[in-house]
Amino acid sequence: MDLCYTEAEEAFRDELRAWLNSVLGDIGPTPADHTDLEARRAYDTSWQRILYDAGYAGIHWPAEFGGRGSTPTEHLIFLEETERAGAPYVGVNFVGQLHAGPTLIAEATPIQQSAHLAPILSGDHVWCQGFSEPGSGSDLASLTTRAFDDGDHYVVTGQKIWTSFAQVADYCELLVRTDPDAPKHRGITWLIMPMDLPGIEIRPIVTALGAGEFAEMFLDEVRIPKVNRVGDHNDGWRVTMVTFAFERGTAFISEIIASQRLLADLAGVARKVTRGSARASDDAEIRRELGRLEAELDALWSLTKRNVSQAQRTGMVGPGGSVFKLAYADARKRMSQLAERILGRAGLAIGDTLDLSELDHVGERIYTLTLTIAAGTSEIQRNIVGERLLGLPKDR
Amino acid sequence: MDFELNEDQEALAEGVAALCAGRFDIETVRAMATDGLDRRRWTELAETGVFSLTRPESDGGLGMGWADAVVVLEQLGRALVPGPLVATTLVAALIGSGGDDGSEIAEGAAQGTMVVGTQERSPGRCYVEFLPWIDALVISDDEGLWCVDAASLSTAGAAPAAHPLDPLTPVTAVAELPQGRRIADADTAAQWRQCGALLTAALQLGLAAGATDLAVEYAKQREQFGRPIGAFQAVKHRCADMITRVEVLRAAVYAAGTTLDGNGVDDPAHSVAVAKVLASSAAAACGKDSVQVHGGMGYTWEVDAHLYLKRAWVNDHTFGDGDHYAEQLAAGLIGRYQ
Ligand SMILES: Cc1cc2nc3c(=O)[nH]c(=O)nc-3n(C[C@H](O)[C@H](O)[C@H](O)COP(=O)(O)OP(=O)(O)OC[C@H]3O[C@@H](n4cnc5c(N)ncnc54)[C@H](O)[C@@H]3O)c2cc1C
Repeated sequence: MDLCYTEAEEAFRDELRAWLNSVLGDIGPTPADHTDLEARRAYDTSWQRILYDAGYAGIHWPAEFGGRGSTPTEHLIFLEETERAGAPYVGVNFVGQLHAGPTLIAEATPIQQSAHLAPILSGDHVWCQGFSEPGSGSDLASLTTRAFDDGDHYVVTGQKIWTSFAQVADYCELLVRTDPDAPKHRGITWLIMPMDLPGIEIRPIVTALGAGEFAEMFLDEVRIPKVNRVGDHNDGWRVTMVTFAFERGTAFISEIIASQRLLADLAGVARKVTRGSARASDDAEIRRELGRLEAELDALWSLTKRNVSQAQRTGMVGPGGSVFKLAYADARKRMSQLAERILGRAGLAIGDTLDLSELDHVGERIYTLTLTIAAGTSEIQRNIVGERLLGLPKDR
Repeated sequence: MDFELNEDQEALAEGVAALCAGRFDIETVRAMATDGLDRRRWTELAETGVFSLTRPESDGGLGMGWADAVVVLEQLGRALVPGPLVATTLVAALIGSGGDDGSEIAEGAAQGTMVVGTQERSPGRCYVEFLPWIDALVISDDEGLWCVDAASLSTAGAAPAAHPLDPLTPVTAVAELPQGRRIADADTAAQWRQCGALLTAALQLGLAAGATDLAVEYAKQREQFGRPIGAFQAVKHRCADMITRVEVLRAAVYAAGTTLDGNGVDDPAHSVAVAKVLASSAAAACGKDSVQVHGGMGYTWEVDAHLYLKRAWVNDHTFGDGDHYAEQLAAGLIGRYQ
């Protein structure tokens, strides 16, 4: 076991740091109004363009598809350094970079690839994910948005929900039901849906944070050309699952680094907050919880390195990969609970803590609610860990 | 960076696991609760190099690293191997053969002819672990390490507790620790505490993993309401939480061992504190969960779940507890704003 980086890895880090140093000065702060999605798109994609021009876009994508073809460890270094330097987060580019793009690389035709991959990398195209439906969340494979065969088109009718950034997306990776009579996993097809087709109606849903970050998507006889199908007719479930094979243990690196920053800041807040004659940092319970969270985040950072090392060696992530999200969500939620205790009545407004901190500990408290819901709830994760990792029997 | 076990470490883990399966099967281990430490098997541990692993080559040891030791102790913890594994390893590792007072003990520890216990000095009455099993007791304090002949303590009238918390960790109440003769300086004593915390965390990792395995196996076999209890989510999710704690702890323990060897990027003291904080919460939690998954069987002497839990409880309070290290980490965080 060796946690030191190789000379080549250190050289990559140095070069990246120097470059970040040279560009970040010109990048403004994130748009002040977090409800203005157009502004967020503009901000996130202009950063993506800068990465693209410098050859850092698609760091983990194979070089033949326009990526940098970096190793999992370089990917780790990239995410660590960009986050530490305070570079913009992947934001609206998330689905394109981390889900739709990798799926296209694995499953799309060369024509589809040449039409879509470069614009994802350059930030020209923003993608969204149209998987969840009102009746199909955890049980995603039960989805019912129907696609009828009409010559060289599919005609799609149905409803999607929770589609993040649908309002500002150019394309959607869409799952549709093409065979209602087949077993549920076998009647699904994966389509590329241009968001400007007639028949798509988007209604923003206001989140608990007060932002319109995700939306409902009503599809009424939307005609999607069959050339937009990725993989075979009725083979969409497998196509969707392929992306998970791309996971290299890097998914939460930015979040871990950001969490460490929040925790350190929180320790500073605990020194400033007074209750009666004592400071919050004089309270043993608060101190120890700070210490325990420090331990947990540090261990999760080590676990990340283990997962990435496994990916580097075998191309796959071991047991640590399946449990990571559970442990991370738990630690992060406890951290916002601690922030709540420390801030007390200074934590009554989003984005402002009576000057105790520059960071938005209150917005965080709300945001962390999503960590046990989005991308598979913690209950579903526990089923997966129990059944796939531990080999426990299924419920039915 | 390659934070995976290397081939040697994998072979080491397998070798120790095989040794445990063959020579420290659970019946043998349990028998030691009444018959005392099986010295012959202890020597076999030594012969495989368990205690000389981290002893410098110049002192006749194998000169391997703390990361290797961690891998070994994880396996010993998993097999519930009893005895002062950490203290004996530490003496062999930290006390040289170069003529100072402890050299004979260290040599004997490495070879398995001396069984060595340890105790942090504190005023007044205290429980000393394994007194009937050991030859020498190393007392650590801020001034250094001090050695006491175990027999002299036993003859001072102290008798082992009739019902130790962990049946495989005999404890003896000692009225007042004698000063002992000094065998190492304050720096070595500090190293003793740090490495001791690391190795204890490694044992805890093994205990957590063992308790989890036991629960998962039971959940697959035991049927109620016409199906294996592991099919019920309440049981399944408990097991998922157990393995989650184990894998997070494993990362922390391996990272601390690697860092202590100088192959890391963090401060060694910090990474050891991280490992011990997590070990303290994970091992006992897995032990309790293992009892719960076993239902009434979990509360019996016969099922091993209580042995994992009780050993975890003992280790929680060895070489500094979770609260102690949590305070240390918090002080580091808060200190940045002094
Ligand atoms: C911030 C955010 C962004 C999102 N972005 C997108 C997006 O861009 N595209 C997209 O397609 N989706 C998106 N989602 C949707 C997300 O994937 C779903 O919310 C999630 O899969 C859960 O589905 P659901 O909301 O229907 O909850 P449900 O499945 O109805 O679950 C409700 C509760 O029941 C529990 N439950 C359900 N089934 C079981 C079971 N078998 N065992 C035990 N408990 C169970 C759940 O754990 C949960 O606590 C987003 C969600 C959030 C919060």
